[in-house]
Amino acid sequence: MSKVLLDVRNMSVSFGGVRAVDGLTFSVQEGEVLSVIGPNGAGKTSAFNCITGFYQPASGSVTFNGSDITGKRPAVIAASGIARTFQNLRLFGDLTVLDNVRAGMHVRIKQNSLDAMLHTPRYWRSEDAATDEAHRWLDFVGMHYDRTAQIRNLPYGEQRRVEIARALAREPRMLLLDEPAAGLNHTEKTQLLDLMRRIAALGTAVVLIEHDMGLVMEVSERIVVLSYGKEIADGPPAAIRSNPAVIEAYLGAEDQEAHAEAERIAAEAGTDGIAEAR
Amino acid sequence: MNDESTPRTMEAPSAYVRAVEERAPANVAPAGSKVGTFTDRRAALAETASGLLASRWLALGLAAVTLALPYLNSSTYVIQIAIDALIFIMLAVGLNIVVGYCGLLDLGYAAFFAIGAYVSGLLSTRYGWPLLATIPVVVAAAVIGGLVIGGPTLRLRSDYLAIVTLGFGEIIRITANNLDFTGGPNGLYGIPDFGAFGLRADVALYWITAVIVIVAVLFSSRLGRGRIGRAWRFVREDEDAAEAMGIHTYKVKFAAYIAGAIFGGIAGVLFAAHQTAISPPSFNFLWSALILMAVVLGGMGSVPGVVVGALVISLLPELLRGAENWRYLVFGLLLIVVMIFRPQGLLPSRTGEPRRRGRQSQGGRP
Repeated sequence: MSKVLLDVRNMSVSFGGVRAVDGLTFSVQEGEVLSVIGPNGAGKTSAFNCITGFYQPASGSVTFNGSDITGKRPAVIAASGIARTFQNLRLFGDLTVLDNVRAGMHVRIKQNSLDAMLHTPRYWRSEDAATDEAHRWLDFVGMHYDRTAQIRNLPYGEQRRVEIARALAREPRMLLLDEPAAGLNHTEKTQLLDLMRRIAALGTAVVLIEHDMGLVMEVSERIVVLSYGKEIADGPPAAIRSNPAVIEAYLGAEDQEAHAEAERIAAEAGTDGIAEAR
Repeated sequence: MNDESTPRTMEAPSAYVRAVEERAPANVAPAGSKVGTFTDRRAALAETASGLLASRWLALGLAAVTLALPYLNSSTYVIQIAIDALIFIMLAVGLNIVVGYCGLLDLGYAAFFAIGAYVSGLLSTRYGWPLLATIPVVVAAAVIGGLVIGGPTLRLRSDYLAIVTLGFGEIIRITANNLDFTGGPNGLYGIPDFGAFGLRADVALYWITAVIVIVAVLFSSRLGRGRIGRAWRFVREDEDAAEAMGIHTYKVKFAAYIAGAIFGGIAGVLFAAHQTAISPPSFNFLWSALILMAVVLGGMGSVPGVVVGALVISLLPELLRGAENWRYLVFGLLLIVVMIFRPQGLLPSRTGEPRRRGRQSQGGRP
């Protein structure tokens, strides 16, 4: 039933002398929600960038849906069914909300330049279909502000939603979310949790980088923990929460204080407001 | 520019989209209700104001006036100036595709202008081709020129691209200056026009130029609103984000560069016909700079703006003739004043959704 969708083997990337990702191996099953966590600088975003082609891995291989995508151009990887969001919003600031979402469906819009110049029926059909679909995705993520407005004039939380809508419009098999909860308030985080569940219900695998442990524990089926570019743990949330290696990676030394802190984190994760709100 | 690898057409909603609809959250506004009602009044006002400026009626009116000009005033002077202005508009809307839509700073655009003028000039003077027949060859030459120049340069970003295009612009001009084949520094002379069709020769050329330029303006504006035009804007706004959406940014930039080259090449044919003689100094850096100035002055990415910018740059020195030798000083000062008070250009591009076909309101929900 569960099939391996993404398979990362022994992937490494270095910047100067720093091995940002060091022999990382992990896989993502079809339709699963996987979180990648780790202290700052653990190589989470670098790993994302290697998978999506923005960095060239120095060694190792990335296989997606049975085909090797190691070192391919980001556009090619995206077209093969991986969509992503960025840690710092990367929207097309001058363009409208709808245009931003249309970017996601660019490769599916069946229209050539001649259609555009001559305004053929095919042009109108494809434009209308793209607009309708953009509205559907914005409905899906719950973005109800003025959709004809310039995106940079929208509140931050709404921009986050649009970025996810844009990635979803790519109709990905796998969606990589890089800290989607950063800068969101409590209500928005609850909505994000609900949104991620609905995305998973579409059959899309979700890979999440996130620092909000409450959110991670609540939504993930499995968690991969990175430290100094290496995987130190991989398992369901309950196992990760009590894993000594994880606690050590987050807190440095295994001392009295650390244990107390770890217990606090664990307790918080269990009874987090997000969980309560549901 | 159509992707062959398109996985699926957009015409019927996919199973994925249907699944999305089924799972859409309950808090979605009911279908048919307007989103963002609170902005409706402001949006409606803005629409009336800018809609008037960019409306199809105004564009049609201007096209009609352009075509009717010889009936309004057919003095040789007016027709000459008008042809110059039209050619300049063509160059500006062509460069607008590269600089305005796609954000590629091209300082050597006159290269394509030169390629167009020289190819059609050579074919017509040396081999006796009718000028109209040279246009397909000019388009092919512009595409080849675009491939040769764009191939290495479009891998570069921003400032580097500007410097390298500047270099290529000069290379084309200096090559023309040094080849015997192209007439060296003397250039080519005796280039025929398109034919008089029983009219005064300059009026016939005016009408041919007007029709070509009107079509070019229309096509460049429509390209900007279509799939490829959106891709150009995505690349301009954020290349990495565009890549992450599956847009092959190198190909998209190439498409912009080649489209610009074709516009420049055809403008070159019109220029050759109009001047009847061309020589290398006609295509110096000043041309590239002036065309770029028209684009920036009018409003990058805005076709109505760029047309206005081109008219200002080409006509203002003529209108300032009364200022005698001071006119270029006044011209320069006016440009500086405009740049201080309207840095976004005279008619900046509007961010907004194109009107939908049919009765649906602008930006309304489907």
